[in-house]
Amino acid sequence: MMVNPADSTLSDALANATERALAEAEIRLPPDVLAALRRAAAAERNEIAQQEFANILENIALAEERQVPICQDTGVPVVYLTLPPDVPFSPLLFEGIREGVRRATVSIPLRPNVVDPLTRENTGDNTGVGMPAVHVTPGDRLTVTVLPKGAGSENTSRIGMLLPSQAAEIPRFIAETMLLAGGRPCPPVFLGVGIGGTFDTAAALAKEALLLPLDTMDDYERELCDAVNALGIGPMGLGGDTTALAVKVKRADCHTASLPVAVNVQCWACRRATVEVER
Amino acid sequence: MIDLATPLGDEVLSLRAGDRVTLSGTIYTARDEAHLRMIAEGIPFDPKGAAVYHCGPVVQGDRLVVAGPTTSARMNALTGFLIDAGVRALIGKGGMGREVVEQLRGRAVYLALTGGCAALAAARMNLKGVYFEDLGMAEAVWVIEADHLPLTVGIDSHGGDIFEAVREKAKTQFYQRFNIK
Repeated sequence: MMVNPADSTLSDALANATERALAEAEIRLPPDVLAALRRAAAAERNEIAQQEFANILENIALAEERQVPICQDTGVPVVYLTLPPDVPFSPLLFEGIREGVRRATVSIPLRPNVVDPLTRENTGDNTGVGMPAVHVTPGDRLTVTVLPKGAGSENTSRIGMLLPSQAAEIPRFIAETMLLAGGRPCPPVFLGVGIGGTFDTAAALAKEALLLPLDTMDDYERELCDAVNALGIGPMGLGGDTTALAVKVKRADCHTASLPVAVNVQCWACRRATVEVER
Repeated sequence: MIDLATPLGDEVLSLRAGDRVTLSGTIYTARDEAHLRMIAEGIPFDPKGAAVYHCGPVVQGDRLVVAGPTTSARMNALTGFLIDAGVRALIGKGGMGREVVEQLRGRAVYLALTGGCAALAAARMNLKGVYFEDLGMAEAVWVIEADHLPLTVGIDSHGGDIFEAVREKAKTQFYQRFNIK
């Protein structure tokens, strides 16, 4: 392939931006996530849960102080790229992001988490076939958003192909997801919910919902959140008032015979960061 | 708050689910692969009074960067031999299955560390050595000197299981709220 020098500069700039976004996301939680955690910690009445919140807040401060990742499960990077009209959609974009992930794995450092799905052989650098997942949307500016996703919470995520007549069953499906999950996803959690679209869109929407501001909810989101918190699972499944810090919903229209509902479970450490590519 | 130190003895038998404790002394990390290797080849450390930590840390050179607990339930079916060999405490997150609750009875406890608190854990730990390094960073058995790890007794040696109690309550709430008979 012919490489235009301007293109390879762009690829390198993208690598730098990806590495910086990952460092930011792994070490420091965004303000909306911190606000949700602090509010829940202050409101918690259960004594064990209060101590769990105290540990979480101390951990966040220590990660910043020591400049180390918040959690040893540094996750797998999920990447959202916005592409302005003057930047061509090219394989070099993906190569730049992959290079950024490789660099971040050494420089932060990250735990190498990416393996072959069947042989379980570790690729060693957090990239692999189809990894990282990169979602591209048009935008005004060239930005990289990373959402490193840990397995504890990802593994308890669910998708349901509900019947069109079952819209009223959605709160039950969401609460049931956390009932099945218990303490495994490191609650208090954030829940990203995708409603509508197709089987695949619903899952993508659920994850994108975690990019929305997590310290506000509309009435429907609050209803879903209340249904989860009524379970009393609490931080780490040890009991308490807060099981879900927030529920965020993204919707798409769907087939008249379908109602896909996906829940992407996210531990309290909702790590994400956006960096504009300097070009 | 009760301060515990390894090697652990009968003092763990008086603990009750919900108690807050700290743990100091040598602990050993082990995840899925390490358990399988130990079952096949034997335990590389002295298991008497030992504490096994479900953790796959981030290690750089001889520095323990971060080291929070992993999901313990993955090791449900792989744990019995450790308790039989004299291990007195398991440390992890999320609790363990019914079979482990029975295996712990009269012998050992399960201690919960707050999930995701990997910087907090590492701030109270020093790396001392490693076994099975060929299993890779996350799956190797790391030897760690711990200093006052803040823990909650999740499962005691009398069958008390705080996770199970919370789960049962959650189930009742769920059935009531959604009118499930």
